[in-house]
Amino acid sequence: MTARPTTRLDHRFAACATEGRAALVTFITAGDPDYDTSLAVLKALPVAGADVIELGVPFTDPMADGPAIQAAGLRALAAGQTLARTIQLVREFRKQDDATPIVLMGYYNPIYIYGVDRFLVDAKAAGVDGLIVVDLPPEEDNELCLPALLAGLAFIRLATPTTDDKRLPAVLANTAGFVYYVSINGITGSATPDADRVGEAVARIKRHTVLPVAVGFGVRTPEQAAAIAAGADGVVVGSAIVDALRASLDSNNRATPATVSAVTSLVARLAQAVRGVRREAAE
Amino acid sequence: MNVPNSFRTGPDENGHFGIFGGRFVAETLMPLILDLDEAYQQAKADPAYKAEMDAGLKHYVGRPSPLYYAERFTEHLRASAPGGMGAKIYFKREELNHTGSHKVNNVLGQILLARRMGKERIIAETGAGQHGVATATLCARYGLKCVVYMGAVDVARQAPNVFRMKMLGAEVVPVKSGSSTLKDAMNEALRDWVTNVHDTFYCIGTVAGPHPYPGMVRDFQSIIGRETREQMLEAEGRLPDSLIACIGGGSNAMGLFHPFLDDTGVQIFGVEAAGHGIPTGQHAASLTGGRPGVLHGNRTYLLMDDDGQITEAHSISAGLDYPGIGPEHSWLHDIGRATYISATDDEALAAFQLVSKLEGIIPALEPAHALAKVIDLAPTLPSDHLMVVNLSGRGDKDIPQVAEILGTRL
Repeated sequence: MTARPTTRLDHRFAACATEGRAALVTFITAGDPDYDTSLAVLKALPVAGADVIELGVPFTDPMADGPAIQAAGLRALAAGQTLARTIQLVREFRKQDDATPIVLMGYYNPIYIYGVDRFLVDAKAAGVDGLIVVDLPPEEDNELCLPALLAGLAFIRLATPTTDDKRLPAVLANTAGFVYYVSINGITGSATPDADRVGEAVARIKRHTVLPVAVGFGVRTPEQAAAIAAGADGVVVGSAIVDALRASLDSNNRATPATVSAVTSLVARLAQAVRGVRREAAE
Repeated sequence: MNVPNSFRTGPDENGHFGIFGGRFVAETLMPLILDLDEAYQQAKADPAYKAEMDAGLKHYVGRPSPLYYAERFTEHLRASAPGGMGAKIYFKREELNHTGSHKVNNVLGQILLARRMGKERIIAETGAGQHGVATATLCARYGLKCVVYMGAVDVARQAPNVFRMKMLGAEVVPVKSGSSTLKDAMNEALRDWVTNVHDTFYCIGTVAGPHPYPGMVRDFQSIIGRETREQMLEAEGRLPDSLIACIGGGSNAMGLFHPFLDDTGVQIFGVEAAGHGIPTGQHAASLTGGRPGVLHGNRTYLLMDDDGQITEAHSISAGLDYPGIGPEHSWLHDIGRATYISATDDEALAAFQLVSKLEGIIPALEPAHALAKVIDLAPTLPSDHLMVVNLSGRGDKDIPQVAEILGTRL
């Protein structure tokens, strides 16, 4: 039994399942290293094989992120990125792509200051499909999760190795789109997940929900992505993509002619690896 | 604004003081803070835990700390006041505690709790280094591994405390991310905690962070106000007329204020750091110059820009150099039970020198901010007005910095 496909996220995960493979979820930070380059990268991601895009909303104090994504956020902020410009980025992307789901990922304070109601209206109108807000656990659902659901935006929750069976129902309640399983205890881009244990964890989560389960934090290479793809509905790659982008910048952190292709060549290899893994038909 | 029957019942079970507080943390940490809340509730009800605390406070920390009539400071301020004016000033001598500040009161409580929970590795953030020193001290005392995160800027300006922590066996990690000060040290401590969930206890140094920290740290620091109450009744036969304390995160202030919140005849003043002056934007006064937002696990007043990006705080005092404040202070500010004012770097520096010369007590730069406002307020109050200032730490750690500012080579 699956949820009735109603949003771009539902459609995309269902389509990947029909193809018998996991979805590739790619993360970039909005406005890194500048607005125009970021828009070019965003537009190139689906062409390179990204199935779902997580767009990081820069924040000065990203408590759950490792050095790569921290630095990307600071580059974007230095170039003048704001939440309003991130919504604008999605609006421009949607002019050419109305199928690839976009999930904004970030921290609560910029949204709180923008104003929750105004944010939900603007994000929905721009073509945002879902939200991952790292510092809003189920205990704070009244803040944004419940209003987002009413506004028709999926509120995607992180489940972690510390989320035990007792806590899982609370974490899965009010969530939609997919479940993001954080494969390690730690920050983004740090340790490497163990594919076998991840498979067990995904199976455990799937006993509690019909939603697709995507796995991320620490997945860097096509080989690791393929290993995770065998046991999950989606594989999230973030820090490795952000690192590839950073490596293409000049010494002043400005984009170069190689920046977009640095990202797309990695994403293409990740996509090939993920698509090469056949999954058993969804039960 | 609804005024409650009691100002002392917060937080509610979800950690809220009015709209402030809460539990804004990553899912990885949620089970940990729920465990901590449960462990703290159990400990609070356990006479054995209370006995262990009481013994530690008495024999190791050296409590009770004296309530001292600052006679020469009082007389000095009366000299420039109109006849019959000039409040009688008492110092609550928290600088006499072991490790030199009020920080140890809270650390003792948390370390005893960590031991009950079987945690063997303690992490902490520190600004001026006073909380780091207190944590390193109690980790040495109980044989626990200790890692202290400290902004690289603060490591440079608080060298004596860095060395003390290392002497005590702690590992001090200079934090170079963001603005390299206290908020970044707190981010880095949270990143460590999220990575080392199984054996690590995060010993937060102030009345901020996710529930249960703000209420728990306040409970540990409330010994300051409880003693002050008894000591003032003994010295003067009545309660004080006003309380005043400096505020970074606000733990020394909350500890002094809380036992008096329902004594509405007692005026309460919190003093934030105005740095170079509020209009310059170079300050650390979250209530005076900030607005409500969400950071480090709680909703509270924060310094930020129009996009919700946290801005850098500035203060001469590393211990006040934080762009937020404990959520209970935000609540007391909004309901008007406490009055929050601010003192500049220059005012604090002048008070630091004046009190050193008049009382033979070198205050830390943090309480020097409170003393600076005593200098303003006391002459406007009648001479029978009893004012208690929390002398929350001693200034030894600040000697190299103050010497440099005053142009003296050590």
